[in-house]
Amino acid sequence: MATTMGQAINAALMDAMEADPKVLMFGEDVGQLGGVFRVTDGLQAKFGDKRCFDTPLAESGIMGTAIGLAMYGWRPIAEMQFDGFSYPAFEQIVSHLAKMPNRSRGTVKLPVTVRIPYGGGIGAVEHHSESPEAYWAHTAGLKVMTPGTPEDGYSMMREAIRSDDPVIFLEPKRRYWMKSDADLPIETEPAHKAVVRREGTDVTLIAYGPMVRTAMETAEAAEDEGISVEVLDLRSLSPLDTPTMIECLKRTGRAIVIHEAAMTLGMGAEVATRLQERAFYHLEAPVLRVTGFDTPYPPAKLEEFWLPDVDRILDAIERSLSY
Amino acid sequence: MNSNVSEAIALLPPNEPVHLLDPDGTYHEDPEHPLDLDEAQLRELYRLMVVTRKVDREAINLQRQGQLGVYASCMGQEAAQVASAYALKTEDWIFPSYRELGAALVRNVDAVGLLQLYRGTWLSDHNPYEHNFALMAIPIGTQALHATGFAMGARFDDNPLVSMVYFGDGGTSEGDPHEAMTFAGVFKSPVVFFVQNNQYAISVPLDRQTAAPTLAHKAIGYGIPGYRCDGNDVLATYAVTRRAVERARSGEGPAFIEALTYRMEAHTTSDDPTRYRTQEELDEAAKTDPIARMRNFLTQRDLYDDALENEIEQQAKDTATTVRAGIYDAPHGDPMELFDHVYVDPTGYFEGQRELLAAELEGGDA
Ligand SMILES: Cc1ncc(C[n+]2csc(CCOP(=O)(O)OP(=O)(O)O)c2C)c(N)n1
Repeated sequence: MATTMGQAINAALMDAMEADPKVLMFGEDVGQLGGVFRVTDGLQAKFGDKRCFDTPLAESGIMGTAIGLAMYGWRPIAEMQFDGFSYPAFEQIVSHLAKMPNRSRGTVKLPVTVRIPYGGGIGAVEHHSESPEAYWAHTAGLKVMTPGTPEDGYSMMREAIRSDDPVIFLEPKRRYWMKSDADLPIETEPAHKAVVRREGTDVTLIAYGPMVRTAMETAEAAEDEGISVEVLDLRSLSPLDTPTMIECLKRTGRAIVIHEAAMTLGMGAEVATRLQERAFYHLEAPVLRVTGFDTPYPPAKLEEFWLPDVDRILDAIERSLSY
Repeated sequence: MNSNVSEAIALLPPNEPVHLLDPDGTYHEDPEHPLDLDEAQLRELYRLMVVTRKVDREAINLQRQGQLGVYASCMGQEAAQVASAYALKTEDWIFPSYRELGAALVRNVDAVGLLQLYRGTWLSDHNPYEHNFALMAIPIGTQALHATGFAMGARFDDNPLVSMVYFGDGGTSEGDPHEAMTFAGVFKSPVVFFVQNNQYAISVPLDRQTAAPTLAHKAIGYGIPGYRCDGNDVLATYAVTRRAVERARSGEGPAFIEALTYRMEAHTTSDDPTRYRTQEELDEAAKTDPIARMRNFLTQRDLYDDALENEIEQQAKDTATTVRAGIYDAPHGDPMELFDHVYVDPTGYFEGQRELLAAELEGGDA
């Protein structure tokens, strides 16, 4: 039976809570309702309202109490209902979740998983389509993961919950319905490893989260034009798997980074810099970026013009190959 | 009367803050706040305040001598801190701000370690789990949520501990303490919100923080009782806190205490309070000094004599000397440690950066 990414993440939460009685899941509407995307469906019914519970509507409160619960010895999974509503928790995440373990010389451990559905493409109203990954990836002390496949949805979520470091777990919400035939449970590569999703020899598309699928579709379209495209799925945005990126570049000599987040100071800037710093002589062309524009996320009827898509990526491939 | 209204009235703070000791040491009995302290404990409260003041003064001196980068004094607030911390059991947790030297000393947290934050050798230097004393929190009010989460966690675990969080009058304007009170109220968490109203947030006086009748009134919006006490009265503060703590422990939920006190020193050693308050105001505040008051009380009860004075003075001096030596001798820290505690599993991080610093330290090329 096919499993969607949403169901895979749900299964991972279920299995993690079963495996470790210290795991708690909480946030807004995650209990009885099962989450606005149903990703926590069935958890409260199975584990009771002590282990999966609704909180007051207060994101800083959710994050700060998660830190206190972790200090006590629980292993909290906190949900921010949407990307654009994680900002009230920014101070708790940046000033404490990320820094307290270091501040304490490691005596305080904060094994907290912060689940955030993120990204656009679902025709949502303002504040429901943001890609805030660069804020988190810029912050030392946090790990940042984002699955691009249902299999990784399961396996990386299990890894995030097991991690003794705090993890920002970004769920590409428009891929919640993406299907796979894989059987669960499944264990994929460790999250800090980038994975080649498709081999190719002419150019490497470097993508993550929601853009992995778009990159795969682009690679197929390019194949029809006789271009061999490699697709690298970063999976972890902090840490970044630089060695694997470099291996890819050595094979193709051309790289294009793709993300929904705006271009300026996005993950693409970091990836491009690392490639030119460490593999300069392997570059046949400048590292290009195909990203959201440097504007606020657009209203629903305009998002198709804003989001990177197959055509825009094909154009970039052409530009890269023209060098 | 509508039952919601009567419930709200029950949460309201009393018209007058609880006050048991006059500045001259006269003790007023209050049947609601009986004195359940024996003679040794009364002396102990006094001793802790004296030692706190001495170490606090030493820290200010150390800053002036360039040994600390900055220091936030608790002078004038010794009763509020010592009495409230003393009202806890050792298994209870304390979540301090940056000014809680007095509470730390009640918990036997090593002052030399505590001051490392201000010395800048590391960001803390004690293990919170050894003293049930969290690390000092600098972002105002944020620790209120940690205390609340911790208390929730204890309750989920059927552990009867209480957590207590300290913040200031300025802190009551931040969002986090309000979110913390919301959570604590909803989850009936055993947490005590202890506010030292020392009248100022750096230079900004109380009337710029709130239009509420008192800070304690804020609590009732969260279904939490608001209490008030004379925070320079060590006995009143102890009695009020004790009641709130035991109430929380017995499962009746959180409490909010506003302790009225006064910050006798500058906000920190970097601050110049002459720009916003007068000498007359300070002189007036000095008359309510918490330590003199307790000494007067002990003297009246024949619990204080020269021998005790000498003993406590000597001890305070010794502690201050130890702190002084400890700070002067404290190593400046190992630069390579910068990378050691950022992640439990640092796989994939700091590529080249660790090596760069190591090479710089060797004096070679990276
Ligand atoms: C979130 C935040 N904003 C601003 C500051 C800078 N700051 C440090 S202490 C302080 C005043 C705090 O006053 P209060 O809460 O009354 O506590 P007190 O210092 O009087 O003990 C300010 C504004 C800070 N540390 N954190």
